[in-house]
Amino acid sequence: MTPENIKSEVEASIPGCQLEIVSNPSPSGQHSLRIDPAHAVAIATFLRDAEPLRLDYCSNVTGVDWPGKEISEKVKVKKLVDGVEQEVEEIRKTQTIGHLEVVYHLFSMEKKHGPVILRMRTEDRAERVHLPSLTPVWRSAEFQEREIFDLYGVIFDGHPDLRRILMWDGFEDHPMRRDYVEPDDFEYEPTAHDEVLERARQHRTVMGPL
Amino acid sequence: MSTATEPVRILPQSPANSGSDSGEGQLLEVSMGPQHPSTHGVFRMDVVLDGERVVRLKPVFGYLHRNHEKIAEHETYLGSMPYTDRLDYICSLTNNWAYALAVEKLAGIQVPERAEYIRIITAEMTRFLNHAALIGFLTQDMGASGTPLMYAFRERETILDLFESLTGARMMCNYMRFGGCRVDLPAGWLDQAKKFAATLPRFLEEFERLLATNEILMARTQGVGVLSKEFAVNAGVTGPVLRASGVNYDVRKVDKYGIYDRFAFKVPLGEHGDTYDRYMIRLLEMRESLKILNQALRDIPEGPIVDPKTKIRGFKPKPGEAYGRIEAPKGELGFYLISDGTANPYRYRVRSSCMMNLTVLEDLCIGHNVADVVVILGSIDIVMGEVDR
Repeated sequence: MTPENIKSEVEASIPGCQLEIVSNPSPSGQHSLRIDPAHAVAIATFLRDAEPLRLDYCSNVTGVDWPGKEISEKVKVKKLVDGVEQEVEEIRKTQTIGHLEVVYHLFSMEKKHGPVILRMRTEDRAERVHLPSLTPVWRSAEFQEREIFDLYGVIFDGHPDLRRILMWDGFEDHPMRRDYVEPDDFEYEPTAHDEVLERARQHRTVMGPL
Repeated sequence: MSTATEPVRILPQSPANSGSDSGEGQLLEVSMGPQHPSTHGVFRMDVVLDGERVVRLKPVFGYLHRNHEKIAEHETYLGSMPYTDRLDYICSLTNNWAYALAVEKLAGIQVPERAEYIRIITAEMTRFLNHAALIGFLTQDMGASGTPLMYAFRERETILDLFESLTGARMMCNYMRFGGCRVDLPAGWLDQAKKFAATLPRFLEEFERLLATNEILMARTQGVGVLSKEFAVNAGVTGPVLRASGVNYDVRKVDKYGIYDRFAFKVPLGEHGDTYDRYMIRLLEMRESLKILNQALRDIPEGPIVDPKTKIRGFKPKPGEAYGRIEAPKGELGFYLISDGTANPYRYRVRSSCMMNLTVLEDLCIGHNVADVVVILGSIDIVMGEVDR
């Protein structure tokens, strides 16, 4: 089934949902569908249960971080220069809002086809990082969504047991984000070598002597 | 991963505790691991027990977490190849293959025929040694101290010698390359491999006779940890654990990656989905692996081992993404890559089969005795290097 077919079929059976085909220029030809988080659970349940697809197996769930970028473009603007209207080139800079993306790779064990790829986006990377959990639909998403929560900081609403999974409970940041900076806590280093000692020294000047 | 509490703790507020001073019906929280000898590495289970019976079990891992995916984002595509060896360190060659396959999909690289054959030979040998070692460890966990494990390790050692003469390393092989393999087979390797393959039927016969109808093995495994078909599919369980529950799904048959469509082999299926089926399925899969191995050793052609058009240095695939997966000995091993056109992957993701198979551990263990937890965990076959990444 092509992504176009799936899109039209899903849109026919779930009113109000929005799907967008994300094309993939690579030779793999694995195109994906971006779904809106509000209808995600309904779409997922439909894809799992509806007859021609029967995507009963959710293989891979993963996060991708897309930080905001500064895009500069050249724009031609009409301006009054010395009293004469002239066309002047200006560089306009715009800042895009970054987002976190969650990717689901679905297969069908019954019909032996796939992958069908779903993507969901958060609104930004700081506050509005909530997405609906698909663990109630596919149990296999349980640990993988926990991992995304742990490493990327996406909060999955409806997840039965959303805790850190790879990092320890007291850990605060999300290490897989692209702007992650290692914390300034030298105590976690197993052996004190040059760089660590230097960091410990800086730490002490900030915090005061031990 | 949560920080460890005291190893054994009586739960004060559990409803079963109220109104009883004799200890009857008292719930006990036990921390199994992380240094428990049966946990196959650094793995912990938070178990709540009612007497001997498991009421709740939460797997806790992450002790070996080194953020493999983040390291790979700062590494070139080829630079990650040696790291994949360290995922499931028993089966480095299949890890190599899964990663190479994903990159080949991403960049559209063709693999020459001889290289495909070498990949299949090494992958099936890897599957053989993994299953043999697993059965050894499983029986070790049941108290068959040493003997079956040493039988398995005797054969494993011969396979590792073959790997060493081919790749230079016993376990950390780092052998596959995008579009082929690193070096060609050394002189006489095929004959050695054929000679070794000829001894395997005898080993399988012996190994099966040693264990299959053993009374203790049957008593400890039959009816223990039953995994139903529907639940296995929904929970994303793959590999021998899935097929022991009777689901006919083998990526070698479904995707026909490499040249698996040329080989005649069967996919063994279990009926009950219990621990005994999971044990038996490994024995049967070893027989099928041997069939594939014999066909590949017979048919391997001469020719180049790597696509001459692929660039090893300065390899930069065009922007895009790809998900490549293979049937690794423990289940579906997948790599998901996003390229932004530079020499480093923008996103590099390992879909670990061991970690997904752990999803069902709690459901399999609830209601069984605490001693069965060890056996059920052993039959799932995990390697912490791949779970924690």
